[in-house]
Amino acid sequence: MSADQNALVPAEDLKQHLAGVEPDRQLTDWGRSERVEGLLDRTAAEFFYRYWFRTEVEGIENVPAAGGALLVANHAGALPPDAAMIAKAIREEHPHPRPLNITVEHFFKGYPGFSMLIPKLGCVPAHPANVQRLLYDEEQLVLVFPEGRKATEKLYKDRYRLRRFGRGGFVEAAMRARAPIVPVCVVGAEEAAPVFAQVGVMKRLTGLLYFPITPTFPHLGLLGMLGYLPAKFKIRFLDPVSFDEEGLNRDKALVQTVAHDIRARIQEELWDMLAKRRSVWFG
Amino acid sequence: MDSKRVLVTGISTYWGGRLAQAIEAFPEVEAIIGVAADEPQVELERTEYVKVGAQHALLRRVVEAAEIDTVVDTRLVVDSGTTSSAKAHENNIIGTMNILAACAGADSPVRKVVFKSSTHYYGCEQDDPAFFDETMERPHPPRTPIERDIVEAEASLSDFAERNPGVSVTILRFANVLGPDVRTSHIKLLSLPVLPMILGFDPRYQFVHEDDVVHALEHAVKQDVPGVFNVAADGVLALSEVAGLLRKPYVPLLPPWGTSLATAVLRRIGVDIPPEMLAQLRFGRGVDNRRYKSAGFRYQHTSRETVLGLGEHLRLEPIVRGAQEPYRYEREVEEFLRWSPHVRHARERGSGLTRDQLVELQRLLAGYAETAGIEADASEEDRLAAAEERALAAERAATHAIDRVAEAEQRAREAVELAAQVEEAAEERARRATDRAKKAERRAAEAALKATERAKKAERRARQATDEAVDRLSRAERRAEAAAERPEQQHEAQPEPEPSPPPEPRPEPQPAARTAAAPLDHYDDLPEEDVIALLSSLEPADLRILHDYERRHANREGVIGAIESVLARGGTPV
Repeated sequence: MSADQNALVPAEDLKQHLAGVEPDRQLTDWGRSERVEGLLDRTAAEFFYRYWFRTEVEGIENVPAAGGALLVANHAGALPPDAAMIAKAIREEHPHPRPLNITVEHFFKGYPGFSMLIPKLGCVPAHPANVQRLLYDEEQLVLVFPEGRKATEKLYKDRYRLRRFGRGGFVEAAMRARAPIVPVCVVGAEEAAPVFAQVGVMKRLTGLLYFPITPTFPHLGLLGMLGYLPAKFKIRFLDPVSFDEEGLNRDKALVQTVAHDIRARIQEELWDMLAKRRSVWFG
Repeated sequence: MDSKRVLVTGISTYWGGRLAQAIEAFPEVEAIIGVAADEPQVELERTEYVKVGAQHALLRRVVEAAEIDTVVDTRLVVDSGTTSSAKAHENNIIGTMNILAACAGADSPVRKVVFKSSTHYYGCEQDDPAFFDETMERPHPPRTPIERDIVEAEASLSDFAERNPGVSVTILRFANVLGPDVRTSHIKLLSLPVLPMILGFDPRYQFVHEDDVVHALEHAVKQDVPGVFNVAADGVLALSEVAGLLRKPYVPLLPPWGTSLATAVLRRIGVDIPPEMLAQLRFGRGVDNRRYKSAGFRYQHTSRETVLGLGEHLRLEPIVRGAQEPYRYEREVEEFLRWSPHVRHARERGSGLTRDQLVELQRLLAGYAETAGIEADASEEDRLAAAEERALAAERAATHAIDRVAEAEQRAREAVELAAQVEEAAEERARRATDRAKKAERRAAEAALKATERAKKAERRARQATDEAVDRLSRAERRAEAAAERPEQQHEAQPEPEPSPPPEPRPEPQPAARTAAAPLDHYDDLPEEDVIALLSSLEPADLRILHDYERRHANREGVIGAIESVLARGGTPV
């Protein structure tokens, strides 16, 4: 009864009923905090972006200045710094700086501490409905790592080899929202936070997503998770893929094909960037 | 469809009362009936309160008698802190089923059902979307009793909607309600001097102002908005933000692990955190409120304004507490105010009522009387109901009479000509009848005259006879005197055949006259048994006569005894 009747309400109609912004508030409806984000941006992010990783950005013009867009990037490392660096790159290099919403595992919502902090930094749980709302209704930038947890679990020896792109859920979301996909390649993250081993027993004991052995973790404690090596970061935004037609997301075969294409493009660009890289630390 | 005759369930709850008050202001709604097992908590102007719980047979009678077209069910318990889970279950599942049963069926007058539900329907889980919309199922089966209740109650509503396609079913899922008047577990929590939280969690919360809840229900009554809708104010706040708005410290009282153990300890010191609230304190919840907005509803408060309003109220409360006495329902006062002819205000209002509305009121009363009439255990109510029923019957008869008078008037006007003709004819006949009557009178007078003459003649003849008799008597006496000298035998036989009546019998009443004679011909020949059998059919006076006669003449002991025994029994023979 209900579902059918509600489906009759056109999505465009609902779009105009989005809640307005209350200027006195410091948090968005997603729980994002300008204050916490700004603080981190001015301190840690600034330091890592400018001085530690000395980030170089290419193709920033491929990120649209308005409207929703889905950024798809490769992902690696224990507590990977790549997402923060992409967000910082857009804020620093883009002519119209925009906030970036980073999709993360549901795990973070259930883990004390993370649950409090993660949303304030602009991270949202990777739920299709969340992505749809951000892309279609709120017309924002969303960053996804289609490899997901498999990427952060992979060891240093498998670096820059993309894992499977799931079932192409990200493509489906972009098609449904009719938002372009901007593939992003990140070089440097794998070396900044290399994972030498995963300890399954400790993972179970702590209830964490994974328990990696890195150059600084666990022997330097939890802060060791942030003990990144000073690898040279290079971020390349590729040409966007647009989906203007409606209902493409219902074609499962097309979704899979597009997902494969995007994965292949990112992989190829990564090989290209790595081939041109002369030094891990100096680029 | 226009809602004209509204039934509000759970009138004793805060929401039922508030909603009824709100609907009272709609002129197009002609009848508002509130049902609940308990008495209303708020003052109601023209809402009729019927004391009936969720017994569907009784509700059905109320619904049918009052021709209810819209049922608003505000009775769902969505806060397990307010009642025991067994009571909540009874109310939420059995109660909902009963109310729906009272509205179901092809012959039911109900055309719209509005159901107050809760966003607890969605639960709070780790992998929830940030904003639930109405098409989303909850990702996991319900974990707390109250969530199970809500899911099940809504399931029975969708089932009802499928089976009754002619009925518009609106389900409104309300977020956590805040406001100065309503009491919920969350308001209790926010009223604490510090705001307890689970260490390491800052859940997202969406609230709705109590006035917006009432307006949302009103909107569903006024407009046709079938379907499911989330009702939650704009803006999703983090709990830390709520604490900031209330100016209260935000204290991690609860540990992230073993939280339920800690709540058990807190319950000991009087801080009750029900399980569904605990889940919310951990994961929070946001809902998409846009569908109800696109259905035309406008919120008056955002979540932030709602919290700020509550903060103001909480600061003011210790100062104004007890200044206002709470409302108490007094049946006698309510009835006086509604129905007494001495209430001026009511009469002024009453004069503004149309005849239809009056008839309406009467019908309403009829429905109430029927409901009250079946409560056989309460004799007082019975009598009341009976009296009301009688009054009603009269009132109804009067109403019918009004209709019939109109018809009759028409017919009368048509009949006037006919009546005129009939009247002429009747007059003619009457004249003739009068003539005949006069003639008859004359004849009667003549007859009376003749009769009088005849009577006079008869009298004269009687007098002559008497004179003759007296003559003959005197002659006889003389002859007797003459014969006195002759032998005496002749003298003896002479006076016997004389009709000269003895002085005593003449003034004697009839029964005494009969004493001498036998009561029946051949009475003495009757056998004793037959006489005794006959006694039963005689009057006491006759019995006495018979007794006398028997004493003097027949002297049958058995008969005398029987008569005496019958007389002794007071003259009522067996």
